[in-house]
Amino acid sequence: MSIKSFINNMFHKNGRALGSIGYFILLMAIFFIGAPEAWIRPNLHQSVFVMMPTLIFLTIPLVFLVASGEIDLSFASTYAVAAYVFALLVKNGVDPAICFVAGVLTGAAIGALVGTLIVVFRLSSLVASLGVLFLLRGVILLLTKSRSITIMEVENHWIYPLLVGKFYGFPMQIFWAAIFIIFCYYFFNKHVFGIHIQHVGDNSVSAEQMGINVNAVKIKAFMFVGIGAALGGIFTTLITYTFFPTQGFGYLLLALAAVFVGGTPYWGGLGTIVGAVFGVGVIAYMEVGIIAIGWSGEWRQFFNGLIILLALLGHRLHGERVR
Amino acid sequence: MENIIKLNQVTKKFGGITALNKASLHVKKGEVVGLIGDNGAGKSTLIKTLVGVYSPDEGEILIRGNKINSWNALKAREAGIETVFQDRALTPQQSIVKNIFMGKELKYPFGFIKEKEQINEANRLIREIGFTSKLINAESPVGNLSGGERQGVAIARAIYNNAELIVLDEPTNNLSLNETQKVFDFVLNVKKSNRSVLFIGHNIYHVYDISDRFVILDRGEVVHELNKEDISTPEELMKIMRETIIKH
Repeated sequence: MSIKSFINNMFHKNGRALGSIGYFILLMAIFFIGAPEAWIRPNLHQSVFVMMPTLIFLTIPLVFLVASGEIDLSFASTYAVAAYVFALLVKNGVDPAICFVAGVLTGAAIGALVGTLIVVFRLSSLVASLGVLFLLRGVILLLTKSRSITIMEVENHWIYPLLVGKFYGFPMQIFWAAIFIIFCYYFFNKHVFGIHIQHVGDNSVSAEQMGINVNAVKIKAFMFVGIGAALGGIFTTLITYTFFPTQGFGYLLLALAAVFVGGTPYWGGLGTIVGAVFGVGVIAYMEVGIIAIGWSGEWRQFFNGLIILLALLGHRLHGERVR
Repeated sequence: MENIIKLNQVTKKFGGITALNKASLHVKKGEVVGLIGDNGAGKSTLIKTLVGVYSPDEGEILIRGNKINSWNALKAREAGIETVFQDRALTPQQSIVKNIFMGKELKYPFGFIKEKEQINEANRLIREIGFTSKLINAESPVGNLSGGERQGVAIARAIYNNAELIVLDEPTNNLSLNETQKVFDFVLNVKKSNRSVLFIGHNIYHVYDISDRFVILDRGEVVHELNKEDISTPEELMKIMRETIIKH
């Protein structure tokens, strides 16, 4: 292999992830220069680390789905439905470990339903999942009559320290998120599921001709998004001991922004897990960084928007879509 | 030499229209057969019958001398017949190796990919069929390749799928002279490895250059067959084709 082709291939494989790492470093540098004294205080980073795992559970499965050529907005409601199932069962005295499994299965089932609906009836995934987003949120509000559920009792169960306790001062969810990232990295890049997703998103007709079951691959990707959303919802409910009927809504646009800032293009066929992790980093630090450098919270949305546009322009420089 | 496949007096009708009328075609091991004929001559129906997309209404299909009943696409693949589709069925944003193994990945238990083995095999395959550029290797994205080279990837995939006979449907369509030459080189390398090629083309010059034997099809019938030795120029082939079709 010549050095030139090696560099070419490296760039093709990792250029988008490198771009997203670049954004992250740039953002950190700006915040560091803007507020060095705030930046070295550990509690700023701690608050980011509390938020990041949830965003990672939501964002990374979306990379799989976007790479398969689809999109899902309903995950922000799936998040609440799974958390509701979890909290309701805990409240009714069911073992929290079983409640956890039930919550995750709920997420997978919703994902499978949404995916099947979209694939079988050939619906636009953007519009159909928007419909499901509102529908499920409506169901939750009706079922709970807008009341939240508090589950303090879960603290005494072994699942609490295992999932969201502290380990040498670090929140446990950081470790679970790290394991999730590593698992997803291999799942996307080295597993037949991830490889088929990339073929399907790239050219579904070709994939079909070569014997890949396109519909099954897409439905599984929707299921994975549902599982990620459920994990996000249950972890958040555990951390705060509370299920809110409106929870998850705030993550809808942040998770999508993290996918695209992370360098996964919207047209399918490509995706980067490493990039998405740094995309999450950019979004999460943006949330606290603006305040840290002494600007008011009103600037946050402005900068979120700016960074999405800059990221899009930057990734465009990396390359046009090849056909 | 052994016939890989023989279509014997095959008829295929669609409603009242006879698309193939007692057409016979055989391909021997290691030979390149050029199939020519005008639009609507039945080339496409003949090919689809050969690769098992259609099963014939009448006539028989023999694989290595054995008659095969209820012919279908699965049986054709089992017999080692692989088609390179006109659009090549590639995913351009993915690497060559991913394209070659698409849908037939080498896997460990639990579905993880044997990446190293796939890359080594893909590099071997693309060298075998004649990729020489040092800039291209198994991990290069297909989207960076030229049209002829993409055809090469599709041919390499057919070889990986244990093809004995590769059916190339108009492989030089829309290709420049240079790119056409590349496809010819790939085909010659396939022939060298004692596999067979059925080459379908509009362009008589292309078909003439690459084939050992020519089969002329007109209105669903095989109207003429001749060997490369029987003629000396593509113009002669064109003349024979015109005359047989007028007589037919």
